[in-house]
Amino acid sequence: MINLIWTLKIAVKALQANKMRSALTMLGIIIGVGAVIAMLAVGTGASQRISAQIQSIGSNLLIIMPGSTTSGGVRMGAGTQPTLTLADAEAIKRECPTVAYVGPSLSGVAQVVYGHTNWSTGIQGTTPDMLAVRNWPVSSGRAFTEQDVKSATKVCLLGQTVVDNLFGSENPVGQVVRIKNIPFKILGVLAVKGQSAVGQDQDDTVYIPVTTAQKRLFGTSFPGMVRTIMVEARSLEEMDAAEQQITSLLRQRHHLGQKQDSDFSIRNLTQFMEAAEQSARVMTLLLGAIASVSLLVGGIGIMNIMLVSVTERTREIGIRMAVGAKTRAIRTQFIAEALTLSMIGGITGIVAGVAVSKIISAVAGWSTVISAFSIVLAFGFSAIVGIFFGYYPAYKASLLDPILALRYE
Amino acid sequence: MALIEVHEIVKIYDVGEIKVKALDGVSVSIEKKEFVAVMGPSGSGKSTFMNLLGCLDKPTAGHYILDGQDVGGLDRDALAEIRNRKLGFVFQGFNLLSRVTALENVELPLLYDGVQPRQRAPLAAVALRNVGLAGRESHHPNQLSGGEQQRVAIARALVKGAPIILADEPTGNLDTKTSVEIMELLVKLNEESDITLVLVTHEPDIAAFAGRIIRFRDGRVVSDEKAVGTRAERTTFAWAKEVSR
Repeated sequence: MINLIWTLKIAVKALQANKMRSALTMLGIIIGVGAVIAMLAVGTGASQRISAQIQSIGSNLLIIMPGSTTSGGVRMGAGTQPTLTLADAEAIKRECPTVAYVGPSLSGVAQVVYGHTNWSTGIQGTTPDMLAVRNWPVSSGRAFTEQDVKSATKVCLLGQTVVDNLFGSENPVGQVVRIKNIPFKILGVLAVKGQSAVGQDQDDTVYIPVTTAQKRLFGTSFPGMVRTIMVEARSLEEMDAAEQQITSLLRQRHHLGQKQDSDFSIRNLTQFMEAAEQSARVMTLLLGAIASVSLLVGGIGIMNIMLVSVTERTREIGIRMAVGAKTRAIRTQFIAEALTLSMIGGITGIVAGVAVSKIISAVAGWSTVISAFSIVLAFGFSAIVGIFFGYYPAYKASLLDPILALRYE
Repeated sequence: MALIEVHEIVKIYDVGEIKVKALDGVSVSIEKKEFVAVMGPSGSGKSTFMNLLGCLDKPTAGHYILDGQDVGGLDRDALAEIRNRKLGFVFQGFNLLSRVTALENVELPLLYDGVQPRQRAPLAAVALRNVGLAGRESHHPNQLSGGEQQRVAIARALVKGAPIILADEPTGNLDTKTSVEIMELLVKLNEESDITLVLVTHEPDIAAFAGRIIRFRDGRVVSDEKAVGTRAERTTFAWAKEVSR
């Protein structure tokens, strides 16, 4: 241990003899390590944001949409056929064992009025299950209940954006707003959720019981109709099973024959988001790999300088050998110098990398996440670079012929 | 048994296609506490002989028994250990490390013998005091005169208590007065500390300090004789001869 400290002290002394050269060599490692840290921070930041967005949609999600209609040869878009009903949703919840929550939705845009302010927003008619599906807690007040859905009461939950626009700093819970001139009592406020994956403000919304939406706001000639049904499977593994169970159940309920197409479609949102997350992870790896190349170049710089140093100090090596330095002692000395270069460079590089990531997130507004893993990785990598690229010059030094080394001018 | 025993030693350098026979069957034995001067024109093989004595090189054929041990078949590290424990070197060009202090230069052999840092400095300081350099411990070589640098080198050779000092033209870079001082120091070490001294020189007045002179020519020993008279007589005579020339 004492000898190790002593060896490092000697190495530092030797490097101080050529300050400029040592500093420039270190710069290679500093840039390499800094780049690895900054790139991993950017990449990790991006994939964490995607993960957060997946979380905000809800996990293990299936979305059931009505099928398209064909009218006189013109195929209308998906969702034009009013085939899904609240009864379908209830049946899914009752009969599919792989399903945890079912959130039917009938939505539309309407003006919300409070006092003499107003705000147009999306109104979601749904059930309390929807909050569970979307992982969405109520931040103040309480959610509406199944009882509210059954009796189609005129109650609502407001998103934070709606609260901000209508109430400012006033507490909205217990107040009454008017939607399409119908008074709704505010039961609670939804927790802030932020932007969705496509940049939509998820907090700009009002939740009301689905039955109230059907009867009072967005009623059609099809009683009990809902626009979409969101389903949360019990686990990721059971999603395929859930999709099959729902398909056969709905086909049966809609009286579809063997050869008829389904009049609804099921989308697996989680899969899509996972693909996005996967691509972000690949991106992180790619950025890290590119940054590693500069670390490699820095390592070659160390090797170059160490080779020059060994040649310059041939006579010194000869003297050390003459007074009894063994092969290992000479090798250790030069590896220690290479290691000192790369470690000091590594530590400085970590500081530089952290600083650069902070600057990137401040200037470009990207979220960057500096993980302990990336710091350990960069530090370990720079140590390995030092040993790896220091070994050959050190090995060369240790095998010099002492007589020739002593005579070297 | 003598301290240094060399039997029919041959050294051939393989320089590309040409083979150079630097030593051609040399046998010498040197007793403990002897002071031997090795002389000869350049190319006579005296430097090669010194390199072999110093375990810096291996003979092509023959045996070298140092302090009862045949060192012919030893590997690099074993030879390094013998250099460290049994041999001290004094070179014409001093060969000190320029970046470190006199004290640290003297500490080097201790470092490579695994002596703990705390114990190294006092030992090195004693060695420096013994060569008359007390108070110069923290000077760097470039702050010291040639004579002082050679004294540091001698202290380095002494610090481990090596029984043999090999000096290769130790006064070659020094003026006459300093040369005499260095030679007197070496003689004192030889007489008072029982150190065996082998010295290569081509100057007769330096060789006159030795008790025995071995002359080389063309890779062979051509003469090996004990010096006559006292050391004082020899050196005065050699000096007078030098002056009258």
